[in-house]
Amino acid sequence: MRKSFSASNAGRTANVVAVLLAIAVIWEILVRLFNVPSFLLPRPTAVVASLYDDPAYYLRHAWATLSETLLGYCSAIVVGVLLSIAVLYSRIIEQTVYTFLVTLSSIPKVALAPLFIIWLGTGTLPIIGIVFFIALFPVVMNSVQGLKSVEPDMIDLARSMRSSGGQMLWKIRIPNALPSMFTGFKVGISMAFIGAVVGEFVTSVKGLGYVIISAQSNFDTAQMFAAVVMLAVVGTALFFTIDFLERTIIPWHVSHRGATAGAH
Amino acid sequence: MNTHPQRVAFEAREMAQTLITIRDAQKTYHSERGDIAALRDINLDVAAGEFVSILGPSGCGKSTLLKCIGGLHPLTGGAIEIAGKPVLEPPEDTGFVFQRDVLLDWRTVVDNVLLPAEFQRLPRAKWEPRALELLVTLGLEGFGSRYPWELSGGMRQRVAICRSLLLAPGLLLMDEPFGALDAITRDELNMELERIWDRSKKTVLFVTHSISEAIFLSDRVVVMDKNPGRIAAIVEIDLPRPRSLAIRETPEFVRYGKELRSIFENLGIMKRSAG
Repeated sequence: MRKSFSASNAGRTANVVAVLLAIAVIWEILVRLFNVPSFLLPRPTAVVASLYDDPAYYLRHAWATLSETLLGYCSAIVVGVLLSIAVLYSRIIEQTVYTFLVTLSSIPKVALAPLFIIWLGTGTLPIIGIVFFIALFPVVMNSVQGLKSVEPDMIDLARSMRSSGGQMLWKIRIPNALPSMFTGFKVGISMAFIGAVVGEFVTSVKGLGYVIISAQSNFDTAQMFAAVVMLAVVGTALFFTIDFLERTIIPWHVSHRGATAGAH
Repeated sequence: MNTHPQRVAFEAREMAQTLITIRDAQKTYHSERGDIAALRDINLDVAAGEFVSILGPSGCGKSTLLKCIGGLHPLTGGAIEIAGKPVLEPPEDTGFVFQRDVLLDWRTVVDNVLLPAEFQRLPRAKWEPRALELLVTLGLEGFGSRYPWELSGGMRQRVAICRSLLLAPGLLLMDEPFGALDAITRDELNMELERIWDRSKKTVLFVTHSISEAIFLSDRVVVMDKNPGRIAAIVEIDLPRPRSLAIRETPEFVRYGKELRSIFENLGIMKRSAG
C-alpha cells in the first residue's frame, strides 16, 4: 500500500514538472512571437539566465528569507503550543489572552507590519517579529482546538485507570491534539513565509522580498521573476518539510487519512 | 430494601461476601428546565464473583449508575461502597469497558492493552507477556503490533476488553460493551465473556438493553425503569454454567425472556404483544 502511494507521488511530481515546462515553452514562444518588451514580461530563458548569472546572490537572499521565516516560525510554535496548554488549564488565560487572540485573528495581520518596524527598529528583528506574530494565530487556534477536543469517553477511560494529571496531558491530550496541531503548523508555515516577504517589502536590505523591490526600481523584471522562482522553491521546500515531519511524527494519523481519503 | 419475590434468593446470597453496596443512591442533574432525577433510591448489593446485568431502556440511568459505581460521576445522595470503602474516585482493582472501544489511535494494539500498567507506573517488561497472553485468549494472536484502525469493530472491542483485564481486576464494569457490534460478533463476544468469567470468577456489572444478552451472561438481572431511573425488579437467572449459545433455545431461557418482557410490559415500556 505504501509502495503504490510513493509511486503515485513520484508520478505526480513528474506531472507537475511536465506542466510547468509546457507553460514555460508556450510562454517563451508567445513572448518571442509577439515581441513583448522584456520589462513587461521577460522570456523564461531570460529569467533562467538571470538566476544562472549570479546564483550566489539569489542563494544569499533566499537564505536570509529562509532564516527569518524559520526563526519566527519556530518561536511561534514553541510559544503557541505552550500558550495553548496554558489556555487548557487556566480559565483566566483563556478569558484574557485567548479571547484577545481570537478577536485579533479577524484582522489581516500583515497590516500591522509597519508597527513592528516602529517597535523593533530596522534589520531582521522586526521581520522575525512579523513572522512570529502572523504564524502564532493558526498555531494557537488549532492547538487549543486539538487539546480541547478529547472525547469524554477517553477522559473517563483515563480516569478509570486512575491516571495523574500529567499522564492525562502527555499520554492522552497531546497525542490526541497532534493532528490538529499539525494542521495549524501547516497553515502557519505558509503564513510565516508570507510574513517574511511582506516584512522585507516594508523594511530590509536583504532577502528575496528585498530583491523584488530593488529589481522593481530598476525595471529588471527578469530579476523579479527569478526571485519569485526562488520563493516558490523555498516555500515548497518548507511546506514539504512540515509534511514530512507530520508523516514521521504521527504516522498513525496520516496513514489513517490515506486509507479513508486515498485519492488526492 | 426491595420487596420482591427474589427476597429468598437474596438472603441465600448474603452468605457470599458482599463486594458492592449501594444505599439510597441518588443522582440529580440540574438543568434550565429544572432538576432531572437520573437515579432515585437505588439499593443494590453485589456479591463478590457475581455477574449482574443492569437492563433497561435508553434513558433509564443504567450507564449513569455504572459510572457512579466506577467513581467517574459523583452521587448527589446516598452512598456506594466497594469492599467497605466509599467510592469517591475511581477505585483500584477495577476495569472499565465502554460502549465505544476508545482505543488510542497512536498506540499499537499491545501498547493500548498495556495502558493501565503504564498509568500505574508498573514495569512494562513484567506486564507485556500478560498483555500478549490476553490477546491470544481473545483471538488476537499476532495483532499486537497493529494499529487500531487496521482492525474491525469486533476486534477493537476485544482489544478494549484485554485492556480492562490487564491488571486482573477483581471488578469489571461494562457499559453496553457490545451494543455497537453486529449480532454475530456480539454472540461470539458474549460466549467469550462468559467463558472468561467462568474461569476467573470476577465480579462483573454489565449494562445492556438486550434481554437475551442479560439472561445469557448473568446470575442476576437488575431491571431498571426510567423517569426517574430506579430499580423496578431483580430477576435471578438460574441456568447451568458454562453456557453455550444453544442454551437460548431451552425452555428455561425462553421463560426468563418472557418474565423480563412482562416486567417491561407492566412498566409500560414495551407494548403488550398479542397472545
